[in-house]
Amino acid sequence: MTNIWHNAGARGKLLCLLLLAVLVATPLAADRYLLSVLILVFYFAYLGQAWNLLMGFAGQLSLGHALYLGLGAYTATALWTLFGIGPWLGVFIAIPVAAAAGMFVGWLGWRFAIEGVYFALLTIAFAEFTRIGFDHLQVTGASAGLFLSVNSPGSDKWWNLGGGPLLYYYLALILAAGATFLVAYLRQSPLGYRWLAVREDPEAARAVGIDIFRARMIAMLFSASMTAVGGVFYGFYYRNLFPSQVFDIGRSIELILAPIIGGLGTIFGPVVGALILTPLGESLTALMEALGINAPGVKLIFYGLMLMVIISLRPDGVWPWLARRLGLSGARK
Amino acid sequence: MAITLNVIVQGVLTGLVYGLMALGLSVIFGVMRVVNFAHGEFTVIAMYAAFILFEMLGLQPLIVLLPIAAAFFVVGYLLQRSLISPFVGRAEHEQFILLVGLATVIVNGLLLVFGPDARPINLPYSFDSYAIGSLFIDKVRVYAALGAFAVAAALFLFFRYTRTGTAIRACADNLTGAAVVGLDVKQLYAVTFGLGLACVGAAGTLMATIADASPSLAQAYTLLAFTIVIIGGLGSMVGALVGGVLIGVSEALAGFYIQPSMKSMFSFALLIIVLVLRPQGLLGRRL
Repeated sequence: MTNIWHNAGARGKLLCLLLLAVLVATPLAADRYLLSVLILVFYFAYLGQAWNLLMGFAGQLSLGHALYLGLGAYTATALWTLFGIGPWLGVFIAIPVAAAAGMFVGWLGWRFAIEGVYFALLTIAFAEFTRIGFDHLQVTGASAGLFLSVNSPGSDKWWNLGGGPLLYYYLALILAAGATFLVAYLRQSPLGYRWLAVREDPEAARAVGIDIFRARMIAMLFSASMTAVGGVFYGFYYRNLFPSQVFDIGRSIELILAPIIGGLGTIFGPVVGALILTPLGESLTALMEALGINAPGVKLIFYGLMLMVIISLRPDGVWPWLARRLGLSGARK
Repeated sequence: MAITLNVIVQGVLTGLVYGLMALGLSVIFGVMRVVNFAHGEFTVIAMYAAFILFEMLGLQPLIVLLPIAAAFFVVGYLLQRSLISPFVGRAEHEQFILLVGLATVIVNGLLLVFGPDARPINLPYSFDSYAIGSLFIDKVRVYAALGAFAVAAALFLFFRYTRTGTAIRACADNLTGAAVVGLDVKQLYAVTFGLGLACVGAAGTLMATIADASPSLAQAYTLLAFTIVIIGGLGSMVGALVGGVLIGVSEALAGFYIQPSMKSMFSFALLIIVLVLRPQGLLGRRL
């Protein structure tokens, strides 16, 4: 860990600490609405880190991360509503469930040399398959949804992941910051270098003795596990789950936006992407409401246009460019 | 048994329309290696086009089939020339993301303009059927399937016997060679994308007679087209039609015997099985 910190450069260290300090202090001055927007920013930064690990570092395109998000959310929520097992314990069951699903998808795909577009479609197929399955699973309420009661005893206590916006704010901040440090650590570990080798040239990586399959599987393990934790957060933050929302392909696409806009394969890309995209999207929604236009799709149209513009003009994302402007190192891909 | 046969026949007929839609995807991918992730979205645009022409001008889908296909050809041609051309040969995930962005814009644009409600086309013969022995076959499905088959056949003939078709096949087989002998690759790619979208335009118009247009169909159709093309074999034209029929029958059987809302689960299961056992697809060339 000291190694990453050491390599960050003086200006980078300063900016990092400053940003963290500002974010920790924000609730002192912010209202509920601003907090809710920032919670979303952290949430997308966190999930972006998880996805970027697999795509940005190991080079495997998954368009089905909603599967791990949904499995994490459903496992923890169902454990709480059905058996009274709290989320702090439930998360340790949610992680293996999602990780097992991820390993299965990865094993099926990479064992049989299904790569690129084919792999992406395999991930979508699994997510859709699971969505329809949950639509018919009576235990978790099928398509009518699963709800967390707000009245049952203890449901508003922090140890059951209930309470006011402050709890979710700091939890999301810890998740996003923690994930960023984890990714930075992994990036400069031997494992990280193996991922980059596999991403850049699988054949050459194999030739120098890297077990490609293993490297990809480990990336999937981390990515799916982290996404599942995000799912637990999702479940207890929104307190209602519908298969058509949690497992939807729209979820999978939504969580890849921040890393792509910010910069694939960079450490701060997902953070920067989430910081740019979420407030823009939310203010657009607020603007539409203020103007009295009922157009829920406008935010998504805007996101779609952003995707097209960024990938056409700056496929490396915003962060590498921004980092150069700010004179920061560590923006290398 | 008679009921099962009925269900299967309906599935085959619907499957041919699916197959025509997937054919468009297959042509685009087979020639340019570009993954059109907005395929279902374009299909639904065509469905709305057919719906509007029917409601406003009283024109039946089978009459506007060719005009809509022609319009889609132009759209595809221009789209390739402007937006997609720089992405040919770039990393797969970049193409994917461009088209995912386009798909998001289209589907939410449709939602904004038309709302989420399903729009049926009520043809005078919507509820007629042909009776052959114990078989009852919907008239609309027969027409839709015949239309799909005719368009697909025309496309086969085009690729087989015209100079442009041969040139496009040359680009698909050996891009460098095609460029060396002086073929205008950019132009041919634009024509290919146009042809792919013309298939989609025709398929969407026919689809509008057997399913109600709604924005929520778009993503499902995109996935359906990909499922069919992968099962049939990416780049294989016959494979797309075979895959379409296979999925049409599987959907019809699952919808009838299990539950309509679970029918696509079986398509995905088929996809997973094919990906694992034969990744190049049933009729695809070895990877």
